[in-house]
Amino acid sequence: MDFHLTKEQQMLRKMYRDFAENEVKPLAQEIDEEERFPMETVQKMAKLGMMGIYFPKEYGGAGGDVLSYAMAVEELAKVCGTTAVILSAHTSLCCAPIFEHGTEEQKKKYLPDLCSGKKIGAFGLTEPGAGTDASGQQTTAVLDGDHWVLNGSKCFITNGNVADTFVVFAMTDKKLGNHGITAFIVEKDFPGFSQGKHEKKMGIRGSSTCDLIFEDCIVPKENLLGQVGKGFKIAMMTLDGGRIGIASQALGLGEGAVDEAVKYTKERVQFGRRLSQFQNTQFQLADMHCRMQAAQYVVYAAACKKQLHENYSMDAAMAKLFAAEAASDVTRRAVQLFGGYGYTREYPVERMMRDAKITEIYEGTSEVQRMVIASHLGVK
Amino acid sequence: MKIIVCVKQVPDTSGKVAVNPDGTLDRASMQTIINPDDLNAVEAALQLKDETGCEVKIVTMGPPPAEGMLREILAMGADSAVLVSAREFGGSDTYATSQIIAAAVNRIGVEKDDIVMCGRQAIDGDTAQVGPQIAEKLHLPQVTYVAELHKTGNDITVKRMLEDGYMTIKVKTPCLLTCIKELNAPRYMSVGGVFEAYSKPMDVFDYNALKDDPLIDATTIGLKGSPTNILTSFTPPAKGAGVMMDGAEKADCDKLAGMLAAKHII
Repeated sequence: MDFHLTKEQQMLRKMYRDFAENEVKPLAQEIDEEERFPMETVQKMAKLGMMGIYFPKEYGGAGGDVLSYAMAVEELAKVCGTTAVILSAHTSLCCAPIFEHGTEEQKKKYLPDLCSGKKIGAFGLTEPGAGTDASGQQTTAVLDGDHWVLNGSKCFITNGNVADTFVVFAMTDKKLGNHGITAFIVEKDFPGFSQGKHEKKMGIRGSSTCDLIFEDCIVPKENLLGQVGKGFKIAMMTLDGGRIGIASQALGLGEGAVDEAVKYTKERVQFGRRLSQFQNTQFQLADMHCRMQAAQYVVYAAACKKQLHENYSMDAAMAKLFAAEAASDVTRRAVQLFGGYGYTREYPVERMMRDAKITEIYEGTSEVQRMVIASHLGVK
Repeated sequence: MKIIVCVKQVPDTSGKVAVNPDGTLDRASMQTIINPDDLNAVEAALQLKDETGCEVKIVTMGPPPAEGMLREILAMGADSAVLVSAREFGGSDTYATSQIIAAAVNRIGVEKDDIVMCGRQAIDGDTAQVGPQIAEKLHLPQVTYVAELHKTGNDITVKRMLEDGYMTIKVKTPCLLTCIKELNAPRYMSVGGVFEAYSKPMDVFDYNALKDDPLIDATTIGLKGSPTNILTSFTPPAKGAGVMMDGAEKADCDKLAGMLAAKHII
């Protein structure tokens, strides 16, 4: 196994880091406090080709690889969990299923605008009654001549209020259960489609999260994604890829917290000594760094497997499970090392701790990841 | 039309500064960056490329690892690069460096509508001499301290930033401009640019490639051809704590004036 980054990947990491430090970090606290979507940052990322990193140039992508994309999410998350998930949801949950399951016409129609960042993408699977149990879809789609008619609603949709293009799932034949779910590409201007209220959240507060509402929403027949009845499979395959994005977000959040804690404990003096001189601090930071380093290996391994078109479903589940739990633990420990100051908004670690929690929940809870891993082990 | 941008890889002075026993910088043990003013020259060239579609070629003199810096500038959007690198060129001061870079630019060729751009000065030596010396050796008109520039045909209108004000002048191509940070904000590398950077052309000019140029002579290049001798390099001692004085009485002022006079400040 090669643990070395290519020259291009090393160069990209430097670019992502400069961009995150100079353009993303200065806004991180403000967008969290104001629950404001950082559209200006998305436009800057678009200009740099970050909205379509691993898609081929013929569809407007940058022609890169999956690890280069994971590293972008990681570097953004080191300074801002919100900006990281905007990129992750757009890339993994909207561009990827269109690229992997779309017809040539659909790819040519949608991917150039998404990869150039002219349009933002989102994914609509979760419903009030269909969270972890995604098969319990209540949204319906009925074929009516040359179009489908969608009715129902989705909730907790990342990028929901700002997206232009959505990959949406609906039941086309309830009797068939999972095999009755079908995927569609929905544009925000389609008749009968609307976006609901902004969800107020504990973390990633600058990201847009809202309901999607379908009231006799007209979706042209050619916007069917994949085949009728194959939607559940598309959703699960998409979430496999999405988990690499969220694992990268968790990885960055934890690494960012370690960086902040190292810096702070070298400066803060108590009992006449710097905090970094106390063995407890050293042991804590060593453990925190170890966890995040291990997380990086498992996340990068999953990204490389996806790039090689190997079966990466279990690897993505392990990456997300491990990185998310590591990030929650490490950010919590960082707050503890900061003491009272860590609990205030004067320092970023409390925000990192709030942001980290969601990585154990969305795109499959940690419990779901354990189910996926156990099923790959043949444990029933 | 093409723009040749001369750049330098310099030690990152925000980190540890190391000095060799002979007084020269221990570059091998220090992190390196692209000289900041040179990035402003690169950005100015890339903006002209965006406007006119001209070619942007990057030139640097340095050891082989300087290729990494050139690839980064190619990832920003430059078209090609030249690495001037040979043992014979090592240890050059500003005089010798400008001889060699001028010879490299000669080899590339400067046409009627071309521009040569440099940063104002490098953060390691802070001399601001190489750009102007290259212009002299290439017999090109030069404009230093460029804070703004507009190109119309073969005329470039330039706003120079001087210590006590601005000077706006017009210069015809071919010419050499030295750029300052007020000129622009350098762009980032782009993702697509990074994936193209290693497939863009990069030539290496060694001693043999340049030896026939009249500027290249054993007495004008390398350490032997460098009239500058570094006697010693040292890290300046940290400044001591300042003295705080309170009071507005005449006696206080007299005391302050006395202290300043003792240090020959007034």
